[in-house]
Amino acid sequence: MKTSDSNPVFRTAGDTGLIAEFGEGIDPVINARVRAVARGFASQMPQGVKEIIPTYRSLLFIYDPCMVSPDILMDLTRKMKDTEPDDITAGRMVEIPVCYGGEYGPDMDNVRSSSGLAEQEVIQIHSRPEYLIYMVGFTPGFCFLGGLDERLFTPRLKTPRMAVPQGSVGIANNQTGMYPIESPGGWQIIGRTPLRLFAPERENPFLYRAGDSIRFIPVSDAEYHRIKQEEQG
Amino acid sequence: MDAIKIVTPGGYSTIQDQGRTGFQNMGVPLSGALDQFAYHTANLLVGNTTLAAVIELTVMGPSFEVLSAMDIALTGARMNLSVNGDPKPQWCTIRVEPGDLVAIGQVESGCRAYLGFSGGPDLPRIMGSLSTYVGGRIGGFSGRPLQADDVIKRNGSGLLSSPWTLPDEYIPEYPTEVVVRAIPGPQDDHFDRGMDTLFSSAYMVSAKADRMGYRLMGHNIPIKEGMPGSIVSEPSVPGSIQIPPDEQPIILLVEQTVGGYAKIATIISADIGRVAQTTPGDTICFEKIGLDRAHQIARDHHDMLARLNTLF
Repeated sequence: MKTSDSNPVFRTAGDTGLIAEFGEGIDPVINARVRAVARGFASQMPQGVKEIIPTYRSLLFIYDPCMVSPDILMDLTRKMKDTEPDDITAGRMVEIPVCYGGEYGPDMDNVRSSSGLAEQEVIQIHSRPEYLIYMVGFTPGFCFLGGLDERLFTPRLKTPRMAVPQGSVGIANNQTGMYPIESPGGWQIIGRTPLRLFAPERENPFLYRAGDSIRFIPVSDAEYHRIKQEEQG
Repeated sequence: MDAIKIVTPGGYSTIQDQGRTGFQNMGVPLSGALDQFAYHTANLLVGNTTLAAVIELTVMGPSFEVLSAMDIALTGARMNLSVNGDPKPQWCTIRVEPGDLVAIGQVESGCRAYLGFSGGPDLPRIMGSLSTYVGGRIGGFSGRPLQADDVIKRNGSGLLSSPWTLPDEYIPEYPTEVVVRAIPGPQDDHFDRGMDTLFSSAYMVSAKADRMGYRLMGHNIPIKEGMPGSIVSEPSVPGSIQIPPDEQPIILLVEQTVGGYAKIATIISADIGRVAQTTPGDTICFEKIGLDRAHQIARDHHDMLARLNTLF
């Protein structure tokens, strides 16, 4: 339910959810504004707000209707929307080692034949960009990345796998990403990282957050195993 | 101290509490007891603060050996409960002693029952909660449903000085046809006649119904002509009614964070438990309400729980 015609657009998500939309599409500038407003709220969380979840282009407020009304949250958001947006380059750069191909990348052949590239070229093109993390969600630590080179665009698998191993790195159409936990999935898997992307027992269970960037660093099988052992130690 | 040793685990028994808040921005779903009213009362009846965890039982209950004297209470779905073969009532405190065998049988009405016990399970909090999130293998007992031979410890050693019973007027019925109240949105502008269909027809719960979501079957809900069926992926709240390309609604529950299909309406928080107490083959109808009325219901629900707390 759109509850306001002014910018941002507000939508009702039940009796405890309010969505503030800052734009229509997937765009680094809109996303930077979302994160700036989220950060503004995080430093002074309004009473009665349980969570503020930033997305590609919106914020989802989870609130207790016995403590705060959505009208108050809408007013605060309108005031906050002129906050200076995040500098797109302000996030941290996180390096993710990846062992490409072989047993870790069972769909490398699919990506090669679909792109007409050699395996080394696929690896080189995939590991070159700095990918902006637009949003984290779906499973713990799963990031939605922007910036995949269009030469690597590959459709999803026709039949999704029941279980994609933890750490798998894959491609689905114009997206690339990683599976922090073993889960079902239909992405074309081209490699695997030895890093634990979700470590719930650590004080900070995650290596990155929305607004950070990721770069994939190709590593050998031996290096993969060395890092993996460190992670478990 | 050791409290319970599982003999048979039942259909799907997991440790749950109020849920794991504060990490949905990192993709960690809320989890927690699906029927929060039954969860709350299971704790009250054994003298726990409502933050303690309980065991959520699904369709078929477990049997377990009692390892130390404690109070237990079974709330929610109606399941046959016995101690050493003697039938016992639900929604009240039951004192059990070491060596007792507690057996909880097949569900008779509803879907999920809640077993509270003195002190609640003594398990590590993961990211602030004891709730089991099986998909992420975290929380509860080793991040998984309970299995035979699992031994659960409890906090403290206290017992109630006298047993409690929940007054009848608070005990819900679990019919096979339920009406749940929902507010249009967040993507109500993606629908026109589909909105009328949702609020005027009955939907059957399919076999695909779990803690992630309930897939329903009934009249198709088409997207408005010219509107895209998919949206830019965004998080959802429990109770969101999502319409995928097959036009059959899915009610999203507590182990779901991000989705890319339009959500036509959202079930109010006070009625999520009603959904969670239906089983495949049951019928769900939706009643349209506005946000102001929904907030009044939320306040009334909150007041009712506060009154309940003062009874014990």
